[in-house]
Amino acid sequence: MLKKGLILAILIGFSLMFIPLIQNFHGNDKLSDLAKYYTENAEHGAGAANIVTAIVITYRGLDTLGEVVILFLTASVIGFFLKISKSEKDETLRFSKLRKTSELLETATKALVPTIFMFGVYIFINGHLTPGGGFQGGAVIATGFVLMLLANPQFKVNHKVIEYIESLSGFSFAILGALGAIIGLGFLDNKILPLGTFGELLSAGIIPVIYSFIGLKVGAELSGIVETLSENQSEIEI
Amino acid sequence: MLYTISTLILSLIVLVLAVIAIIHKNITVAIIAMGTVGLFTSVIFLLLAAPDVAMTEAAIGSGLTTVIFFYVLNKIKNHDA
Repeated sequence: MLKKGLILAILIGFSLMFIPLIQNFHGNDKLSDLAKYYTENAEHGAGAANIVTAIVITYRGLDTLGEVVILFLTASVIGFFLKISKSEKDETLRFSKLRKTSELLETATKALVPTIFMFGVYIFINGHLTPGGGFQGGAVIATGFVLMLLANPQFKVNHKVIEYIESLSGFSFAILGALGAIIGLGFLDNKILPLGTFGELLSAGIIPVIYSFIGLKVGAELSGIVETLSENQSEIEI
Repeated sequence: MLYTISTLILSLIVLVLAVIAIIHKNITVAIIAMGTVGLFTSVIFLLLAAPDVAMTEAAIGSGLTTVIFFYVLNKIKNHDA
């Protein structure tokens, strides 16, 4: 009782600290200088119809590289700690215990998975034109992968393929960024390819290329995480 | 006005589901409640004019996280037995 009272008192104390913050808050009636710069320059400077993409890939490209690295570390740590027991006998034992997936799920998966993959690719290829981008597209691809695993748990993925897609995309992303520093104005500069016509698929310089690589990388990483966890379920039967 | 009301209703749903996710005794129900929090949050993001974030939240928050939690739950359950 005393403990709960103390916790409550501490929480109330913390919330009191935020009162001056709320009292001093007043919203901006116009854009800040940085926001104004972005909104004015995204069209001609970066050539992207989607300003968010222009900021994420070009103006704040280094942050995106950091995010990709964090995701990569997460995937590696999960793969490192969840060791997979390689034994054919365990596998058959495990699958014999599983309930058979329903006809509905299997048929729907056959129809839906290619569509979901295509939608994911659409999202990251059109990242500079419509809302969305590499991370979103990759996540959508991974959900399609989850559906595939749910319908058919025996499904085996070639780990080598996932690894190669993932490392090659990450490598190309870093190389393209470095090319910007060598040829263009700075690291991850998007003008090393022609900007093209505003609003077309092949425009905005290097943004669609980088976003495609990010999409492949994120999709491969998230699928890899789910796949590792799914395979790791077999360890339990021993 | 309609915008404010719909955002408020969605926020209330999210709050209720979040409380369910915390206090429910059955872990399966709690995980599903957590996934639904992600789903409704993505709708709120969409209403707040952030379609990029909404997409991520819908795919990761309600799709992948739920599945990963179920995998982990299954593993933990089997270890206990």
